[in-house]
Amino acid sequence: MSTEETYQEYYVPHSSKLPIFASLGIFLTVYGLGNMFNEMSAGSDSSFGEIVFFLGGLVMGGTLFFWFSEVIKENHSNLYSDQLNRSFVWGMSWFIFSEVMFFAAFFGALFYVRAFVVDWIGGVGERGPSDMLWQDYEPVWPMMSPPDAEKFPGPSELISPWGLPLVNTLLLVTSSFTVTFAHHGINEGNRKKLVNWLIATISLGIIFLFVQAYEYYHAYVDLGLTLASGIYGTTFFMLTGFHGAHVTLGTFMLIVMLFRSRKGHFSKTDCFGFEAAAWYWHFVDVVWLGLFVFVYVLGS
Amino acid sequence: MRYWLIDCYTPHLKIVKLGLKTKASMLFNNVIVLSLNGVSQMNNLKQLRHYLLLPMLLFCQTASADFSFWNLRKGVTEISREVYDLHMLIFYICCVIGVIVFGAMIVSMILHRKSLGVKPATFHESTKLEVAWTIIPIVILIGMAVPATSTLRDMYEPGEPDLDVEVRGYQWKWQYTYLNDDPAKEIQFISALRTPQDEIQNRAGKGEHYLLDVDNPLVVPINKRIRFLITSNDVIHSFWVPDFAVKKDAIPGFVHESWAIVEEPGVYRGQCAELCGKDHGFMPIVVHAMEQEDYDNWVLEKQEEAAKVFEIVGKSWSTDELIEKGEEVYARNCVACHQTNGQGIPPAFPSLVGQGIPVGPIAEHIDILLYGRAGTAMQAFGQQLNAAEIAAVVTYTRNAWGNNMQDSVQPKEINVMMASQ
Amino acid sequence: MNAVVEEHHDDHHDHGPAKGITRWLYTTNHKDIGTLYLWFSFAMFFVGGICALGIRAELFQPGLQIVQPELFNQLTTMHGLIMVFGAVMPAFVGLANWLVPMMIGAPDMALPRMNNYSFWILPFAFGMLISTFFMEGGAPNYGWTFYAPLSTEYAPPSVTFFIFAVHLMGISSIMGSINVIVTILNMRAPGMTLMQMPLFVWTWLITAYLLIAVMPVLAGVVTMMLMDIHFGTAFFSAAGGGDPVLFQHVFWFFGHPEVYIMILPAFGVVSAIIPTFARKKLFGYDSMVYATASIAFLSFIVWAHHMFTVGIPLAGELYFMYATMVIAVPTGVKVFNWVATMWQGSMTFETPMLFAIAFVILFTIGGFSGLMLSIVPADFQYHDTYFVVAHFHYVLVPGSIFSIMAAVYYWLPKWTGNMYDETLGKTHFWLSFIGVNVTFFPQHFIGLAGMPRRIPDYALQFADWNMISSCGAFLFGFSQLLFLFIILKCIRGGQKATERVWDGAKGLEWTIPSPAPYHTFSTPPKDMAEAHG
Ligand code: HEA
Ligand code: HEA
Ligand code: HEC
Ligand code: CUA
Ligand SMILES: [Cu+2]
Repeated sequence: MSTEETYQEYYVPHSSKLPIFASLGIFLTVYGLGNMFNEMSAGSDSSFGEIVFFLGGLVMGGTLFFWFSEVIKENHSNLYSDQLNRSFVWGMSWFIFSEVMFFAAFFGALFYVRAFVVDWIGGVGERGPSDMLWQDYEPVWPMMSPPDAEKFPGPSELISPWGLPLVNTLLLVTSSFTVTFAHHGINEGNRKKLVNWLIATISLGIIFLFVQAYEYYHAYVDLGLTLASGIYGTTFFMLTGFHGAHVTLGTFMLIVMLFRSRKGHFSKTDCFGFEAAAWYWHFVDVVWLGLFVFVYVLGS
Repeated sequence: MRYWLIDCYTPHLKIVKLGLKTKASMLFNNVIVLSLNGVSQMNNLKQLRHYLLLPMLLFCQTASADFSFWNLRKGVTEISREVYDLHMLIFYICCVIGVIVFGAMIVSMILHRKSLGVKPATFHESTKLEVAWTIIPIVILIGMAVPATSTLRDMYEPGEPDLDVEVRGYQWKWQYTYLNDDPAKEIQFISALRTPQDEIQNRAGKGEHYLLDVDNPLVVPINKRIRFLITSNDVIHSFWVPDFAVKKDAIPGFVHESWAIVEEPGVYRGQCAELCGKDHGFMPIVVHAMEQEDYDNWVLEKQEEAAKVFEIVGKSWSTDELIEKGEEVYARNCVACHQTNGQGIPPAFPSLVGQGIPVGPIAEHIDILLYGRAGTAMQAFGQQLNAAEIAAVVTYTRNAWGNNMQDSVQPKEINVMMASQ
Repeated sequence: MNAVVEEHHDDHHDHGPAKGITRWLYTTNHKDIGTLYLWFSFAMFFVGGICALGIRAELFQPGLQIVQPELFNQLTTMHGLIMVFGAVMPAFVGLANWLVPMMIGAPDMALPRMNNYSFWILPFAFGMLISTFFMEGGAPNYGWTFYAPLSTEYAPPSVTFFIFAVHLMGISSIMGSINVIVTILNMRAPGMTLMQMPLFVWTWLITAYLLIAVMPVLAGVVTMMLMDIHFGTAFFSAAGGGDPVLFQHVFWFFGHPEVYIMILPAFGVVSAIIPTFARKKLFGYDSMVYATASIAFLSFIVWAHHMFTVGIPLAGELYFMYATMVIAVPTGVKVFNWVATMWQGSMTFETPMLFAIAFVILFTIGGFSGLMLSIVPADFQYHDTYFVVAHFHYVLVPGSIFSIMAAVYYWLPKWTGNMYDETLGKTHFWLSFIGVNVTFFPQHFIGLAGMPRRIPDYALQFADWNMISSCGAFLFGFSQLLFLFIILKCIRGGQKATERVWDGAKGLEWTIPSPAPYHTFSTPPKDMAEAHG
């Protein structure tokens, strides 16, 4: 709440072409994606979906670029009051909260399956004698052999948490520190420190992604652990995959911040863009810790 | 109005059947039956009269009917009566609260209007009042929760079943299997809607148990604890027999339990209670409860029937016999999806005419019937039909609607394939 | 107060609306965006209503007459989806856009461009959803609750577009809610404390919180469906170690708070209207706030009451029953407070008040049937019958929809500067009131007598009540054409409205001229005594 003394002029842009283009962009993106998926599942070789998707991505990406440029321009022409910046801070926090809830849905699915469904299918617990239907099934986690092993062939082996996943954990945890050092760089007015630590953070992020990509490759090719290898593969890839998507997004944000830092943006009192990216990065990091514990360590 | 509908569709139906018992209501019935004479050419005036009669009619119905048009039925198990009483209890409590709350509002609306020159009071809070109307509802709720808990506990009470019936939902019929340690003695059959399409499509008058009638009802003995083991083959269905207060979802891949001890012989009707696709509204459940003796006879009969099937499968069939039988099988099992004319409802349900499998190699045709197509509505009919029926329906579809493949398959051959599986 | 608005002339703030279509496409003005939301919602109400009339026409008599079962299921599904996501939710967002800044003395919403974005996603999303009617295999036909595996393995191909439409709606709702929360937390006029905010603002604050918490969960569950359909995952397939019931848990974790998302802002509207026409301060402001918060909190922990028949262990059934019953307590507090506000007031019965009173009575009836549904053993008999349909239409139609209508009548003079036609308004009310009850009251009876929901044809003993219900539906439906007419008439002209419009009205929005100027509170109001009633 603003008190009488802190009240400042609140900047309201009087109209903008950006939102309608962003709407069109996001629509084309999902419409294209929808067509792509349907074509894929129907075995059609039409490329209508791809084209629309690509077009949508272009419109969306372009719009976002102009959108952020405009915001930065407005900021630099001192149109933004502290109150308005507080709106951004609140906005970003609630956005991150919504992301937390998105992950909560997938973690919830994992917990529910592990705690209940594995047993219930085997007729253990209060749900009923479902083992009537699945005679060869053994209720254990990790589920190496799903109830219908023909339709969902289980993995032959799992990924040990103490190899690459541990490396990835260290990478991400370190990157949370490096991004904080970069922040110190802003506070101290030390641009070189800012830029260097940002580069370090981004590199860690990219290495993380490469390691994960390699791990997926290994899982698919050597271990038979795939999206379609039953509920273990399902939860494993969905949780780590969405996390990976968020790391990718976070890395993009940081790259943008790197460019901005180089252009001389950000000061101790005016670095919301950077802070938003950093919070996002920390959030992604925390999610990974959850994944490491629940998917990797307790999962195998 | 109800009677108008029933009457024009089924002139033979007696109103008395609808569950009215008291003398008073019988009297009403007569009045209504009289006023309904010649209903088919009902004019507006008469119709209006029925609207007027309706509320009275309903009123006298509740007096004694065990199956009513506007309330839950008491049913025929101890549990179902408990549920009924619970329902009435909470209903009455809500009525009382309603009378108080709405009463206060109405009084206020009548007395406290500006047009009467009332000056508004200025009070706007009262901790005492607010505490009171927090505590009192809590007490009332506890009063409801106690009987609810005890009824629920009774429903979940474990007990030794006298009879285990596996209930399996299919799109859009039920399969009942009487489990038995000796698989040879297991009785298994499909139970599907019997109401003819002509009635549904308004080409014929609607029969007495319109939409609530099946070809093979589930048969159970009375006063025995029957355990239903409920599952599904495709999507979620729900097994619901109101008179037993049993409703349990049939979830593919899981088995759920429910049970009932039926106290009175009779025919009890229910319906699938979970949206399961196109014909969700057309998969009724009929349970025939009978004395132990009658039940035992029925079991014997069923077992004999099974033996007969064995014979039928063993003999040689002529193509005409197969086609004749096949048409019958098709009408009962396939029309829901592939339609009487074989055209289906593409793309969900493919046409069987002049294209695809029915005009391709017969082996594939037999295969899709025996094993279905996973992940589609096309089920594994090998689990539902006997070899003769499969042979017949394959032969029929290959030769009907101008498919004219001129080939056929013998039940014996199918039997070999089924046995090898 | 007038002076406050006009005294400040600034480059950015004296623009009137732009001309032509671009005004609406490019706007960042909360009033324009509010208007867009409201018209969009009204259009969707008609589309959803036409689906409902299709349903009711088919159910007029036993037998299949008008639509075949496949189409019937599509109508039911699209009716539910469009009414919930297209009619009720956008209407409340529209009201929030119009009213929240005016009620808290803010110049606009906190993030105006994002505000426009939230809106313009919706026409695309619903365009895509409605276009599925024309796709191969038809529109979604698995109910608005889209239970797997009917909505995954067994769904028509259009399900992919349905999923993405839901994603778009989710993005729109989340951005809209972030805007509302930030506006309320950050942009109140100096001196306005949280406990001085009008209840409509409070209820929206809490609603927005619910939305941000559960829309991502909905996005999660449709994403799982997408993966099961196209990428061979096994979330909802026992064969792969998953469970169709998992779908229901995740869905209802979203779904139950969702139904309160559709009623909390309605509580806010009614809490504004009743004091005005009773000319008496709202009874128990504080407890209203706490009750709203408790309802929101409880809404997260009762979801499985929609799933009593799926085979939940006894302890689970009991827990969810008790938790659900508890919601009656804070809701009761609200009802009693409204009655106490009316008590010894000096009431007049203009159209908004009529709708508000009908809301209290009919919503309470819907609440009672909800309470009955929460009793597990009884729910075994009620579940998936028309008793449930009756329950939720009582809370949604004379609940949410009536509150929206009440709000429109109440604030229309402020929006347009003209009074609506009171005689027509009252006529509309009475037709709607009668129509709604004739439509939905008999559904309690057919439900108890045993008619399942989502069926295109039924046994003969349900015939009378269905016929009556269908008649009511057409009466109610066509009365809404009158509503449209009244609004259009009011926009075009009529008796000029004063600033305060209603003599008992309290709140900042009544201190500015009618129609509200394009920009209000460019500098914040000083007199907080007006802030709440
Ligand atoms: C606006 C929407 C809304 C609201 C507010 C509610 C409110 C409530 N609902 Fe409802 N409900 C729906 C929308 C809503 N519901 C929908 C859409 C469905 C179906 C979804 C689907 O399957 O498609 C549904 C289904 C539904 C079910 C599942 C039924 C089934 O499928 O078997 C249940 C079960 O518990 C339930 C319970 C309740 C309860 C206890 C409340 C309570 O909040 C009500 C509380 C209010 C009161 C009780 C009245 C006022 C109180 C007093 C006057 C105090 C004194 C009273 C007492 C002490 C009794 N609802
Ligand atoms: C807020 C939500 C909301 C609203 C407002 C409504 C409004 C109505 N609902 Fe709806 N309903 C749901 C939410 C809602 N419903 C949900 C969630 C379901 C469950 C779906 C499912 O099972 O999955 C449901 C299901 C449902 C069913 C059960 C279907 C079934 O189980 O098979 C029925 C049946 O009577 C019904 C009827 C109606 C009617 C008659 C209205 C009326 O109030 C509608 C009145 C409005 C109009 C009729 C529009 C007016 C417009 C015109 C008259 C247009 C004329 C003009 C031109 C032609 C240009 N609804
Ligand atoms: C519940 C719906 C349903 C019922 C009942 C049903 N089918 Fe099918 N049938 C389908 C569907 C869906 C397909 C398409 C499967 C696919 O996608 O490959 C199909 C496919 C077929 C095909 C293969 C068509 C082709 O060219 O690919 C044949 C043959 C067939 N059904 C015969 C029958 C016969 C004979 C019966 C009755 C004994 C029957 N079906 C009952 C739904 C049904
Ligand atoms: Cu089976 Cu509905
Ligand atoms: Cu609920």
